[in-house]
Amino acid sequence: MNALDELMDYDEVMAAYDVVIGLEVHVELDTKSKMWCGCSTDFGGAPNSHTCPVCLGLPGSLPVVNRTAVESAIRIGLSLGCRIAEWCRFARKNYFYPDMTKNYQISQYDEPLCFDGEVAIVVDGQSYAIPIERVHMEEDAGKTSHVGGAGRIQGADYSLLDYNRAGVPLMEIVTKPVLGTGEEGPAVAREYMAHLRELMRALGVSQARMERGNMRCDANISLMPKGSSELGTRTETKNINSLRSVEAALRYEIRRQGAVLAGGGRVVQETRMWHEEGYTTAGRSKETAEDYRYFPEPDLVPVAPSREWVAQLRTTLPEPPSERRIRLQADWGFTDLEMRDVNGNEGAIDLIEQTVSAGASPATARKWWLTELARRANEAGVGLDEVGMGPAQVADLQRLVDDGTLTDKLARQVIDGVLAGEGEPADVVTARGLAVVSDEGALAEAVDVAIAANPAVAQKVRDGKVQAAGALIGAVMKAMKGQADAARVRELVLEKLS
Amino acid sequence: MNDTIHATAAELAARIASGEQSAEEVTRAHLDRIAAVDEQVHAFLAVDGERALSQARAVDAKRASGEPLTALAGVPVAVKDLFCYQGLPTTAASRMLENWVPPYNSTVVDRLLASDLVILGKTNLDEFAMGSSTETSAFGPTRNPWDLGRIPGGSGGGSAAALAAFEAPLAVGTDTGGSIRQPASVTGTVGVKPTYGGVSRYGVIAMASSLDQPGPCARTVLDAALLHQVMAGHDPADSTSIDAPVPDVVTAARRAEVKGLRIGVVTELGGEGYAPGVEARFAEAVELLSSLGAEIVEVSCPNFVHALAAYYLIMPAEVSSNLARYDGMRYGLRVGDDGVASTEQVMRASRAAGFGDEVKRRIIIGTYALSAGYYDAYYGSAQKVRTLIRADFEAAFEHCDVLVSPATPTTAFRFGERMTDPLAMYKSDLCTIPANLAGNAAASVPIGLADEDGLPVGLQIMAPTLADDRCYLVGAAVEAGLADRWGGPLLDRIPALEETPR
Amino acid sequence: MALTAQDVARLADLARIELSEEELARLAPQLDVILTAVASVAEVAEQDVAPTSHPVRLENVYRTDELKPSWPAETMLAGAPAVEDDHFRVPRILDEEA
Repeated sequence: MNALDELMDYDEVMAAYDVVIGLEVHVELDTKSKMWCGCSTDFGGAPNSHTCPVCLGLPGSLPVVNRTAVESAIRIGLSLGCRIAEWCRFARKNYFYPDMTKNYQISQYDEPLCFDGEVAIVVDGQSYAIPIERVHMEEDAGKTSHVGGAGRIQGADYSLLDYNRAGVPLMEIVTKPVLGTGEEGPAVAREYMAHLRELMRALGVSQARMERGNMRCDANISLMPKGSSELGTRTETKNINSLRSVEAALRYEIRRQGAVLAGGGRVVQETRMWHEEGYTTAGRSKETAEDYRYFPEPDLVPVAPSREWVAQLRTTLPEPPSERRIRLQADWGFTDLEMRDVNGNEGAIDLIEQTVSAGASPATARKWWLTELARRANEAGVGLDEVGMGPAQVADLQRLVDDGTLTDKLARQVIDGVLAGEGEPADVVTARGLAVVSDEGALAEAVDVAIAANPAVAQKVRDGKVQAAGALIGAVMKAMKGQADAARVRELVLEKLS
Repeated sequence: MNDTIHATAAELAARIASGEQSAEEVTRAHLDRIAAVDEQVHAFLAVDGERALSQARAVDAKRASGEPLTALAGVPVAVKDLFCYQGLPTTAASRMLENWVPPYNSTVVDRLLASDLVILGKTNLDEFAMGSSTETSAFGPTRNPWDLGRIPGGSGGGSAAALAAFEAPLAVGTDTGGSIRQPASVTGTVGVKPTYGGVSRYGVIAMASSLDQPGPCARTVLDAALLHQVMAGHDPADSTSIDAPVPDVVTAARRAEVKGLRIGVVTELGGEGYAPGVEARFAEAVELLSSLGAEIVEVSCPNFVHALAAYYLIMPAEVSSNLARYDGMRYGLRVGDDGVASTEQVMRASRAAGFGDEVKRRIIIGTYALSAGYYDAYYGSAQKVRTLIRADFEAAFEHCDVLVSPATPTTAFRFGERMTDPLAMYKSDLCTIPANLAGNAAASVPIGLADEDGLPVGLQIMAPTLADDRCYLVGAAVEAGLADRWGGPLLDRIPALEETPR
Repeated sequence: MALTAQDVARLADLARIELSEEELARLAPQLDVILTAVASVAEVAEQDVAPTSHPVRLENVYRTDELKPSWPAETMLAGAPAVEDDHFRVPRILDEEA
């Protein structure tokens, strides 16, 4: 917590103010090539190995528009209920910064490709309308690393530039000011981001992982005294790197701004940086707003998507994520609480769906993904879909439990093995000898041994104290290293002592 | 071989194809001529002798093996130092790029090489193509071969001077506000600005993207047409490049027929500010066209009076953005990086040191024209003027097939005469600018010498968009008609340059 | 509508060009003259005319989304004033760009 900021109690702020939220989201597209040239958009190449005269902005170079990026923009716009421009242009946004090879960004200004949309976001059964101002196309910049000064920009001695990311297609999605969310504002914002993420993945246009930077969120928020219609001063918060942080950052800003206003002060219009520790700090304050001197990009000709093209793209849209969730919840028979759990885990819905397709029941699929595997993903700091085990394997695992080969407890050990790279679930069972012992003879023997070793306990059971059998069952399970069906062991114990 | 350097490109191509002369001989003759006179003229910033000779030899080898040769195979060409050409610096005549060697070729250069032309070297220009006299070059001016105390025009003075000095039979330039046509006019050579989008801008260092257009320069209209044919055509690497066949400029140049053609004289491009000698030669050229069977009409293009103002807003605006990349971070001049200075400071110092005065002026004007609060009044309004000028052309072309005017109001002025008065310098572009704003094709062909100073005058011929061939049709007719009257081409009368002894 | 040296200084800032006091003083009147001359375009502004941004009437020019080989980093870095670890090395950057 930043000791410098005073914070007002959240509920107190909400009692006195209405919150107005604006979200600007940048999505990196998964196209094969960059926006203006054929260089790869692949992550993690050697520095400056995915560059060419065009994305490096060498003298004389010229951009040429990636058609798939335009298609993706239109599809995103349609999915957000937007109108698609009949005619629009690119524009140059002029400013100097070393990560921009041309010292201008090719973007769109007053003629976005998509505009005037709306998306319904549901939080706790309540639907909120998020008005979409625009979706437009632009390009990403290079990556700067700072040398000296502990790798941060302040105090650095110099910087190094890698332009592999320069020119990667970016879609910018901007909401209009969102009013009427009340105290759920931050949660609505988070759900909106989750919705966008699902949408991008369903459209197949981006992985949209905030932690990886393929989806970025700048959150704007201001407080308006209840009853007033005059918008308050807003702050913009950047460096938000997860869905959770979207909500946390907005809550923080609400509380901070509330405290400022309560103290008789004025909220400073500024850009703030979110810190994972749980607070925001003021960014660079600029005396004058940067003058970007936008003008239509002369090196590119207008984009005028025909209505036929737009109609054809409309037929390629996937089922809207919200509708899909409703349908799947019904199909799977999950309660609202259970579904909320699913929705709260990034990527879970897809994985559960795939696991069910592979043969598991929805309940067991949910169980594995949201308990064991979610825990392990969190520990490893990776997404659920990167945990190291896939839907088919989870279904296989559940089959082994269903047919009695494994108990739940043993199944967890199998997961260990799969994640350790020891192979498929069946392979791990064999290799580690984890199968439940179903050999009645062996079981009976083990029960006999346990009874013989614990005569006093055995006598209690004979005398009618059935609960005492627990200790004997425990002893057998221990001897069997857990590889026994506890229910069957209990049966055998009681049989022998009756 | 004196004969070689005075030959036209068409003639040289024929000799090379027939074996009468080897490409190597032809190139060598031109290299010798450059060595002999370029110290005085300074048309070239770089001469690429060894590579040129090896290109020439490759043509000779092709010929020897019986391979068919292209139309201009083996013919030497000079290239304005704005076109990227690997292996040599491409400097834009600026300290900013003094040592920058491009890792790639411009499409135009690739096409020249693919057609087996021989690249002699890079020619001088006003810095970053900003100027009308080649005086702003960071590496010294080029001198007009007609009078070494006078400017050769700009920004492409080097290419035009190379032609007039017989250092090359062909040259390649760019025209943003007249940078091919005005130098052609003041040096008695031919220069053409194709329809915007007709020739690829890929690899040409950008000045004003919506106005820049590469084009051919030569001593005859046919030569220019042959070069135009090689340079032009769709390029997928340039989004503004027209995807249509190149207008048949060579046929038009050969036809040279104006009977029945309607020729419009633009009222607004003449009168006050125009030298008497220029107006006199212009009137004669018009009368010649009439005698050749063309119908002459007076046409008014009322919005042309705003063209200069619009141009000197749109062009600097685009310049200010196009030149932002020159900041010393990735290539070019870096100044002041002492390990303590910040990126901001180094950018500012590098740009201050790398750019000359005219470049700085235009960047500042452009920044102003685009800035918040001024956009509508300046850049925004200028773009409206552009619409009106295009409308003027369209209306004019309802009544005529081409428009004509002087190419520039005066003949070549003396060095230093306009350097302290930017507005006076800008007026050199009065006639040429409208075609850049509207994007249609325009050419300048020599029509004689002014009586008062004996210096060349050029006729500007403007055609509708994609009708570049009409420029050549009319230009060739005028050229032939005048050559008849004069008993030979205008350049026969150029004072001989003293060859520097080797 | 006179352009002062201070105006020019602000524009030079936006354009990242260091200008000396002498240059500022010299350029301001020159620029002022030019700007006054070109201001006549504002007369046209009243007219209901659409601005032209592109002289060529082209629309919808695209390229297919396919990979082309990139250039070797070495070649792209060849013209750089300073290189380190296959990166372009630049002086210290003062502020995070918002």
